[in-house]
Amino acid sequence: MASQETLREEPSRGSLINDPKIRGLFFQTLVIILLFGSIWWIVNNVIDNLTRLHIASGFQFLRGRAGFDISDTPIAYTSDSTYGRALVVGLLNTIIVAAAGIVTATIIGFIVGIGRLSQNWLIRKICMVYVEIFRNIPPLLVIFFWYSGVLAVLPPPRESIHLPFGSFLNQRGFYITRAVWGEGSWLIAVAFVVALAMAWFVARRARQRQMATGQQFPVFWTSVALIVGLPVLAFLLAGMPLTFDFPKQSTFNLTGGFQLKPEFLSLFMALSCYTAAFIAEIVRAGIRGVSKGQTEAAGALGLRSGPILRLVVVPQAMRIVIPPLTSQYLNLTKNSSLAIAIGYPDLTATAGTVLNQTGQAVEGVLIMMIAYLVLSLVTSAVMNVVNARMALVER
Amino acid sequence: MQEHDLSWVRTEMVLAEPAPLGERGAIAWVRKNLVGSVGDTILTILGIAIVAWILPQVINWAFINAQWTGPDRTVCTTAAQGGIQPEGWTGACWAFVNAKFGQFIFGTYPIEERWRPILVAILFAALLVPMLIPKVPRKGLNAILLFLALPVVSFFLLSGGVFGLPVVETPRWGGLLVTLSLSFVGIAVSLPLGTVLALGRRSKMPIVKLLCVIFIEFVRGIPLITVLFFASVMLPLFLPAGVTFDKFLRALIGVSLFAAAYMAEVVRGGLQAIPKGQYEGADSLGLGYWQKMGLIVLPQALKLVIPAIVNTFIGMFKDTSLVLIISIFDLLGVVKQNLSDANWATPQTARSGLVFAAFVFWLFCFGMSRYSMYTERRLDTGYKR
Repeated sequence: MASQETLREEPSRGSLINDPKIRGLFFQTLVIILLFGSIWWIVNNVIDNLTRLHIASGFQFLRGRAGFDISDTPIAYTSDSTYGRALVVGLLNTIIVAAAGIVTATIIGFIVGIGRLSQNWLIRKICMVYVEIFRNIPPLLVIFFWYSGVLAVLPPPRESIHLPFGSFLNQRGFYITRAVWGEGSWLIAVAFVVALAMAWFVARRARQRQMATGQQFPVFWTSVALIVGLPVLAFLLAGMPLTFDFPKQSTFNLTGGFQLKPEFLSLFMALSCYTAAFIAEIVRAGIRGVSKGQTEAAGALGLRSGPILRLVVVPQAMRIVIPPLTSQYLNLTKNSSLAIAIGYPDLTATAGTVLNQTGQAVEGVLIMMIAYLVLSLVTSAVMNVVNARMALVER
Repeated sequence: MQEHDLSWVRTEMVLAEPAPLGERGAIAWVRKNLVGSVGDTILTILGIAIVAWILPQVINWAFINAQWTGPDRTVCTTAAQGGIQPEGWTGACWAFVNAKFGQFIFGTYPIEERWRPILVAILFAALLVPMLIPKVPRKGLNAILLFLALPVVSFFLLSGGVFGLPVVETPRWGGLLVTLSLSFVGIAVSLPLGTVLALGRRSKMPIVKLLCVIFIEFVRGIPLITVLFFASVMLPLFLPAGVTFDKFLRALIGVSLFAAAYMAEVVRGGLQAIPKGQYEGADSLGLGYWQKMGLIVLPQALKLVIPAIVNTFIGMFKDTSLVLIISIFDLLGVVKQNLSDANWATPQTARSGLVFAAFVFWLFCFGMSRYSMYTERRLDTGYKR
């Protein structure tokens, strides 16, 4: 009994120095002291430096008059607007270019990725060359190449290149036809939303019915009919409130239409091409990650190659693809900050200008960091929802 | 009744028949790989059309019509633009690259001092090559020389000021020299720092863990440009008045910290893949924390993630081009800067210069990725269970 009593006691360690708990506590206290010490030192220095430079800290400067122009403004903005509004314009531009880039990169990436697994030797090689070229050069170089190597050497406006649908391409950008929506066009938007809701509802009911009775319902075609048909119907009902504004060639410049500036175009094209190479590799790895037995088993069940791909291979491949795809989307969003190199007014560029004009370095960099962090978190939150829907549901 | 002798048994194997004619040779390969079905044939025709459209243009531009040497812009411009080429000529202006080659490699490093970066490059190659070949012995000594001795020696060689070498200020460094030194220091700093961060993230001490998580997730959530802005605009504010340090050094700090956060996640992946038994085994042998990690866990974990580490290096190598935004002129920066040289202003200059820069970047990155694939294959045998 006595020996058991002694065993239950805390084992003696000889010395406190060798006790991992004490050591841990000591070490963490040291870290905290060092951390707060350096923060205190930095804050002191910052305050010193700011008073010396006569810069008032705080975010009041956001209400001041900006006084600089921005070339691409999705919302109303003049040089009389505030710094805050300039930053919002920059943020919107970042979101626009990132969203457009994500969509295009995904499309190109999936095509190239599937192409790399094609039966066809030539297609396989072409896709491989594409991936190996774009994966191994810096995105900034790709942006410069589009900007000064391709778009800047296009002909001047007077000798614009004519493209289909009344669009023009020249040094100053890409001019496309702009749709001008007349009165009553809100009806079309409403019809579109209603159609989306109905399609979702039909898909749900169809799945329930198939689960219960085994009967199938042509969900895809019904949805297409709804999503295309309802807005068209609304369009006709509203009296076709749509006119087109074609770009017209005048003596020195093009007028009318919608102009995509070379800065936006080169950033958008470069981000799409560059990220697509990475997405292609992810897609390839995803599809190859589905074991061949799955395809063969589906074939043995009597499925044809289309349904095998759609019902067996793709859902399993998506599970592998989505997490790395998310990080590529994040990378694209972060790479859109390279806009500053060619003068596209994204968040980094406008914040950089604001920072230079006001000298509010701390606040400016802080705003930049927080905005990108929030964008990253939102993107990964959305992708996590998609991922959760795709994830393997195990019993 | 006639008797049959059935006792004959074949003693040798029948030789395999050669595959039918339709299944071998070039024709079968073409049938299988290019014209397997109607869709395949259409794709092949499409592919041939793409290649036939692009390839002649590229070859014409880069080789046949290209101008390799010349004193100034006249060799790369058409008669109408004031040059010697016929109307409608398009070709690469390699003469531009040729004339600026020294700048692209060394920046504005003084010409009579250029033997110093060349010497550093030779030392670097002499240490790197045996490091990369698995059969060469004494990896430990090699690593110490490469990652500790070389940076110190290179620093004194490149910046001068000792042994009677004239001082060369960092703003005069440029081109490939800056790209390589930035990425090398980034690699040499980010790997140990990333390992420490990864260990911190898996530490049992809550405060250390929290700090590491915040640092890693924060840095991974923002673009490198923002980090560089931070390093170039905010860092001077953090220091006492009058204390400044070199812009190049600030960029180095920014790039290294950025890469360290990514490296930490890679190393963490390796740490997680090591079975718990290894940790417990080390504990039961009575090893302390650093002994356990340094002798048992990290050697296995790092070996496991070598391909991912190399991928991070490739990413960082490409990212060094971003320093041109805080006006440090790496290879891309110098090329970009020279594009506006009035002496060489032609419609082909931008394309030629950028293609040259892209080719140099591509060579390095492609080389690294091939090496990582080779290592992956070599190490693959050891860890399969």
